[in-house]
Amino acid sequence: MQPFTKLTGVAAALPISNVDTDKIIPARFLKIITRAGLGKGLFDPLRYRPDGSEEPGFVLNREPYRHAKILIAHENFGCGSSREHAPWALMDFGISCVIAPSFGDIFFNNSMKNGLLPIRLPREICDLLMADAAQGDNARLTIDLHAQVVVRPNGEEIHFEMDPLRKHLLLNGLDDIGQTLQHAPAIDRYETARQAAQPWFPTTTLTDPAP
Amino acid sequence: MAESSKRTLFDKIWNSHVVDTLPDGTCVLYIDRHIIHEVTTPQAFEGLRAAHRPVRRPEATIAVVDHNIPTTDRSQGIDEPDSRLQIETFEANVAEFGVPYFPYTDPRQGIVHVIGPEQGMSLPGMTIVCGDSHTSTHGAMGALAFGIGTSEVEHVLATQTMLQKPSRNMRITVDGQVGPGVSGKDLILAIIGQIGAAGGTGHVIEYAGEAIRALDMAGRMTVCNMSIEAGARAGLIAPDEKTYAYIKGRPHAPHGEAFEQALAWWRTLPSDEGALYDREVHLDAATIAPMVTWGTSPEDVLAITGRVPLLESAADGAAREALARKFDYMGITPGTPLAEIGVDVVFIGSCTNSRIEDIRAAAAIARGRKVAPGVRALVVPGSGLVKQQAESEGLDRILTEAGFSWREAGCSMCIGMNPDKVAPGERCASTSNRNFEGRQGPGARTHLLSPAMAAAAAITGHLTDVREFL
Repeated sequence: MQPFTKLTGVAAALPISNVDTDKIIPARFLKIITRAGLGKGLFDPLRYRPDGSEEPGFVLNREPYRHAKILIAHENFGCGSSREHAPWALMDFGISCVIAPSFGDIFFNNSMKNGLLPIRLPREICDLLMADAAQGDNARLTIDLHAQVVVRPNGEEIHFEMDPLRKHLLLNGLDDIGQTLQHAPAIDRYETARQAAQPWFPTTTLTDPAP
Repeated sequence: MAESSKRTLFDKIWNSHVVDTLPDGTCVLYIDRHIIHEVTTPQAFEGLRAAHRPVRRPEATIAVVDHNIPTTDRSQGIDEPDSRLQIETFEANVAEFGVPYFPYTDPRQGIVHVIGPEQGMSLPGMTIVCGDSHTSTHGAMGALAFGIGTSEVEHVLATQTMLQKPSRNMRITVDGQVGPGVSGKDLILAIIGQIGAAGGTGHVIEYAGEAIRALDMAGRMTVCNMSIEAGARAGLIAPDEKTYAYIKGRPHAPHGEAFEQALAWWRTLPSDEGALYDREVHLDAATIAPMVTWGTSPEDVLAITGRVPLLESAADGAAREALARKFDYMGITPGTPLAEIGVDVVFIGSCTNSRIEDIRAAAAIARGRKVAPGVRALVVPGSGLVKQQAESEGLDRILTEAGFSWREAGCSMCIGMNPDKVAPGERCASTSNRNFEGRQGPGARTHLLSPAMAAAAAITGHLTDVREFL
């Protein structure tokens, strides 16, 4: 995973609540066997007209937001499907931080496992940052994960909450599996104890195990 | 006994699966059952391969294809090249890593959330995960079940655990009895209408009360299925005699003495009297009518007797703009009675409503009637075994004689990854779980409702109060 430390860039405002992952990346883009190339399908229903041409009013089709690195949205961003293709599509487009009042739980987890930082800030702060974003290239935001602050164009710093373990993993670009495998002996012990205490716990097989 | 020692169903399952706790409170949580499908796993297997990691417990895992699979005759293989590639990749992966797999030619194949309970693989007290947000369905068995992303799929394949912090407890109690024509689908739609699409965020919802207890297992699965549409990762219903009767004799469930041992433990799982919840919500079942969605979020839901809201109902400018977009996308006029909205397509299926009970409910309405001219209606059973059961009861004949198309098992038109799609601008009465823009195909317009309500809409050609058919 790419480490996330500090990010400065143009922010795009998407003042919509309940942006679901079908809107972020529709199901027809999920028929892939790699992670790459999903940026072209990002926000497809909002970004393109039915004939495939760009919707000129959509923020990511306008300069300088075509190069946005930060997205600001309203409540419940990333609700719906568990598809990790949603953070993959955002990252592939170039967005590695989303700021919103709240997120879908699965999207929130998926993002951090891919070096995409989701930041929860109150609605009024999000609206303030959206006003900054409206100034385009003259008003870049900086995200400093180490200090846990969003720096506004006027220099004001806004603190955000962050789980310490997630922060550590993101700053160092570490994945969870390596972290968990340090607990392999405990997993072994758990399985042994459980097999002894609850031997009836069934396993899956190809043939019906029924008598 | 101190108040704090009284535990919820969620607390009990969680505590019995904690392998280790990290200094910040994150738990290494043991996972009993992992169900995998073709769409959210190719990158996970690729990750295992790159790191030379095996699947830790293939025998705790079950593989099946559902999202991409055509629902027409597939004995000759799959036409769409990208779907075929994804399925072939999946079959190669499960063979390489030794994971038990039900191929699409096997009658046990079906939607991940239908086959788990059907096979007796999803049991009370278990932790169950799947790379699909509707894994919450299995909570109807009294299991802690939630959807995960592809990185987490890889994590579970490699370690049989998840890294997670405990959720908050929420209890939704539906008191009293429902009226005629009101199903589990109507209950969960009413709940989402009340608490909103983000109402359960960060919580596990336990459903309780007389109306929930009265549901059969299929109805309970429908309720738990749509917990994610209320923002909750998991839904739970305490196991009871109905649960145990459902499980007994299923192929992968414990048998004989093992069943009795399991049962003794399952009986200890329901929440203790007086256990505390972080949030409590109450609904009165008697006030719940058959429900239907009118917009592009599951929270945009009303009784079928209602009307599309007015623009003036929006709280502020942003809400008004969002509402206008919903009306425009859905092609509906504010204030229109819901029962006057015509439909082009009717879909009965999905992990929400494709079990035998759902098909019986649809067939009961369709019996001796005809699908309205110009309406395309299909019924997609949730598994090959559901299909066989329906055929043995003659339900397929009732439905096809009425003009419904009778299909092979899969996710089908709920997600439109196979050829079953709603065309741009077409309006679909659907028993699935999401009315998001583009969910059933680009430009598709979705109204969520119960199987009986969907069948009624197919017959009349417009959204209809099913109680008129009773």
